[in-house]
Amino acid sequence: MNIIAAILTVTGLGIIFGIGLAAASKKFCVVSDPRLEKIYARLPGANCGACGMPGCMGFAEGLIQGTCTVDKCAVSQEESRKEIASILGKEAKAKLKKLAVLLCHGGCKRVKNKMFYSGIKDCIAANAVLGGPKACAYGCIGYGNCVAVCPFGAITMGEDCLPQVDEKKCTACGKCVAICPKKLFILTPATSIVTVACSSHDTGKDTKAACPVGCIACKICEKTCKFDAIHVTNNLSVIDYAKCTSCGACVKVCPAKTIRMRQLPPKKKS
Amino acid sequence: MDVSKFMVVMISMVFINNFILSKFLGLCAFIGVSKETKPAISMGLAVTFVTTLSSMITWLIYKFLLIPFNITYLRTISFILVIASFVQFVEMVVRKTSPGLYRLFGIYLPLITVNCAVLGVAVLNSETFFQEGYTVQESFWFSAAQGFFAGIGFLLAMILMSGIRERLELTDVPKPFKDVPLAFIIASLMSLAFMGFNGFRF
Repeated sequence: MNIIAAILTVTGLGIIFGIGLAAASKKFCVVSDPRLEKIYARLPGANCGACGMPGCMGFAEGLIQGTCTVDKCAVSQEESRKEIASILGKEAKAKLKKLAVLLCHGGCKRVKNKMFYSGIKDCIAANAVLGGPKACAYGCIGYGNCVAVCPFGAITMGEDCLPQVDEKKCTACGKCVAICPKKLFILTPATSIVTVACSSHDTGKDTKAACPVGCIACKICEKTCKFDAIHVTNNLSVIDYAKCTSCGACVKVCPAKTIRMRQLPPKKKS
Repeated sequence: MDVSKFMVVMISMVFINNFILSKFLGLCAFIGVSKETKPAISMGLAVTFVTTLSSMITWLIYKFLLIPFNITYLRTISFILVIASFVQFVEMVVRKTSPGLYRLFGIYLPLITVNCAVLGVAVLNSETFFQEGYTVQESFWFSAAQGFFAGIGFLLAMILMSGIRERLELTDVPKPFKDVPLAFIIASLMSLAFMGFNGFRF
């Protein structure tokens, strides 16, 4: 008798819960992005949480929202990663390609140190100590948190302690924008090649004292621009990329050589 | 019903028998979701929610199905069945009814479905509170309390761990130890520290 009771109990529980769940899934169904299921089907489904997201479904949602990248999943095969990329890729191509650009040109050769810093070689840690060792309180500290965080290896540390962005590898994921304690990275349209390589809100005199290539807010660029695309606000020149045509007029007139034309890759774009 | 007994359950589950650091249950989530404080707290809340309610439900199943039919040896399979379907059901309901709550901890619910900590509480309840000396009411509410405080203990360990790991992100760690290996070392040290609570006697 005991064995029959056991079989009946477990079978009964299973059937009741099964029917209950089926009914609930109909009643409480939520319409979701069709890509979500497709991506989820190509993920390992182990829910290991190693990507830092809550399970594979959370990871799939993160992929669609752009908060995480495919390579975060250590378990999935190369093939399924490519498939996921192609599911996501169609929309990414339709969007305007963007690039991360560093708004500072004062490397260790140009800007002196105001103090000797011997702590952890980390931008966030250094920034916590009087805003870092550099004389310019707004400029790049140069310990390369952005280099470490870039999931595509697109950022390398240049000779003058300034991070260099490889335009071919950069996917504008925004990781460097988020991690920089000085907020020096912005995402600009890849077609715009002009940047104001300075983030200093100090007055012209103070900026000049700290850095030879800092923006001194002389407003010459503002007067030169024919498209109303560059404005000096709060002692700093800022480009409006919606209006900028990359004509380069401001680059020629800038007395401090702060406004720069980003070097385009030597090969022709395709 | 005795308040002091509840206090004993609380201190026992949060500190002395902390599910992660003393019983070593639920380690997958403990290592996986403890990289940042915010998800860690959400995960802890979700576990607390699930352990509390599943304690009550498994108590009912144990009391009114398994004991009368004398088939208590089936508790593992029936508890897993009940917990898994219950968590799935709650996830669906929360997702439909409250997107805010879903974002807070609902997305962590699938991770918990077969979490050993949740099953651990249920099994521990059936072992502890069905002995002689507990009335039916006491047994039920102590089970619920044990489930709740086991979740709180889980939440505490998650918050501690994620705080430490956030700080470790900034330090210069030798490459072989970076990330997970170091997290295991930290977990072992925390576990040693929690062993100190074993000295409590009531």
